[in-house]
Amino acid sequence: MDKAMRPSRAARLVGATGPAPAGRFTPVSLTDESTETWDVLKARLAGDYSVDDFGFDPQFTDRVLMQLVRPLYRHWFRVQVSGIESIPSDSGALVVANHSGTIAFDSVMTQVAVLDEHPAHRNLRMLGANLVFQTPFLGDLARRAGHTLACHEDAERLLNAGEVVGVWPEGFKGIGKPFAERYRLQRFGRGGFVSAAIRTKAPIIPTAIVGAEEIYPMIADASLIARVLGLPYFPITPTFPALGPLGLVPLPSKWFIHFDEPIPTDHLPEGAADDPAVLFEVTDQVRERIQRTLYDLLAKRGGVFG
Amino acid sequence: MGVVAAVTGVSRYLGGKTAAWLVDQPGIDRVIGLDVIPPPAPLACEFVRVDIRDQGIAELLERSSVETVVHMGVIATPRQAGGRSMMKDINVIGTMQLLAACQRVESVRHLVVKSTAAVYGSGPKDPAMITEETVPRHPPTSGWAKDSVEVEQYVRSFARRRPDVRVCTFRFANIVGPGMRTGMTAYLTMPVVPTVVGFDPRMQFVHEDDAVEVSRRAVLQRTAGTFNVAGEGTVVLSQVLRMLGRPALPLPAGMLGTVGRSLSRGSWADFSRDQIRYLTSGRVLDTSAVEAELGFRGSHSSRQAVEAFAQAVRGG
Repeated sequence: MDKAMRPSRAARLVGATGPAPAGRFTPVSLTDESTETWDVLKARLAGDYSVDDFGFDPQFTDRVLMQLVRPLYRHWFRVQVSGIESIPSDSGALVVANHSGTIAFDSVMTQVAVLDEHPAHRNLRMLGANLVFQTPFLGDLARRAGHTLACHEDAERLLNAGEVVGVWPEGFKGIGKPFAERYRLQRFGRGGFVSAAIRTKAPIIPTAIVGAEEIYPMIADASLIARVLGLPYFPITPTFPALGPLGLVPLPSKWFIHFDEPIPTDHLPEGAADDPAVLFEVTDQVRERIQRTLYDLLAKRGGVFG
Repeated sequence: MGVVAAVTGVSRYLGGKTAAWLVDQPGIDRVIGLDVIPPPAPLACEFVRVDIRDQGIAELLERSSVETVVHMGVIATPRQAGGRSMMKDINVIGTMQLLAACQRVESVRHLVVKSTAAVYGSGPKDPAMITEETVPRHPPTSGWAKDSVEVEQYVRSFARRRPDVRVCTFRFANIVGPGMRTGMTAYLTMPVVPTVVGFDPRMQFVHEDDAVEVSRRAVLQRTAGTFNVAGEGTVVLSQVLRMLGRPALPLPAGMLGTVGRSLSRGSWADFSRDQIRYLTSGRVLDTSAVEAELGFRGSHSSRQAVEAFAQAVRGG
């Protein structure tokens, strides 16, 4: 995971030799762009690209995946980001956020936010459930986008390598909760993410996401269907499955993502990572901060659709 | 005075090459190659035709005062052994007998064993990188991988019974190169390569010369311990197939075995259950231990090893 593999986004947009543009949206002439795209495509068809040991493919992520979701980020959800400076530019950090929305768009939007809004254009490396990695296409896509299994080995390895790691400790309890419980944080696991941060002395960045709760308001959970399909839940929303595939279009709620002040872990004594009392205390602190920020952002947002 | 080294499995490619690389090395007086079948080409060292499943092996080690035993005789492809039960016999019973002989023979002081990273199994619950201490979440259930797990168990109990012997085990990622022929190389060179739809497993490769080199170093440095060995970096299967110019045929995992076996009839291509799991979830090794302990960094990265193999395939 050397730095050379992650040129700044601006540099990638204009090619390695181009002058550094003032803003990120400096127009690039069409011919340059298409020649470059063609070259990239040719190289990829020959297998000439690289993935890291986790399967992260930075070129594919930036050129293809992120390009597909950027319109959603900018024009559909109109994501407004604050506190991005809480994320360090060149060292490890653990982003911990609330999870919601039936389908995990919140994690994808957070990835766009960290890549596009952070001055160092950092890649958010998320930790996901093993269900993700055993699902065809989805697991593959997740690895290509830089994500890996939520286990302490991978969390510590990424943090030690100085990566920004993202976790959603509520897991399926968070994304699969009924609409009536929106913006109420669920249980925060067993504090595994805290021990990984303490062990690697990485700061924890409590992150609050407002807007994702309303994209697919889940009014009921068809748990029988879910059990048959082996899914953690099967959502019934006002539009799904009633409107069929059309019901998969997320509602255009207005989003806010706030990265709160980092909680340092490097001052904690040796052995704190194995002390359940410390883990619970830090976990609670993170959870409370996110909950409080959620209420603040909600008050600020006003209408659901902005 | 130097050491007498015995190498098992010298009539196969890697064993023969390892024996050859040990000849005339400083500190090594004599290299004895052992195998049940005669070598396909003249060896650089002495050859003794012996079955390691035989009682005679102890006598042979004793008579020549063998100090170092390099066990390269674990077979990965049933066809090479003449059937699966024969293969299991050679791998597991052969290793047991060899270790029993080593235990009896006082002169033996160092044992180097070629194992495989397949002992870790493969699955969605594995961490992204596997260290020597990682507990397998999806242990292998059959075939060569299971044989290797059993072989390693015997090696460990041997190490307990003879604490004075330094024991070194290498868990290799897929070994490839111009001369190496395995279940994996046969798979990768099928005219159309069946893959698991929706999965692009992460893989690592070791160049055959690096596999031989690390074994040579272990012998010369009298290394003890268990080490992962893989070329630097990671590639995904689709990338490997593109480098080899082979079209992929994506199939549901449940059909891969049947279709794969009928497409590859007569070749060594491996479609065992564990291999299909590997073709689904892949596996990446952490190789920092071998680097720290042996100062070993392969001359070829995973990608370069595949390139060298691709070149050999194109060259005919």
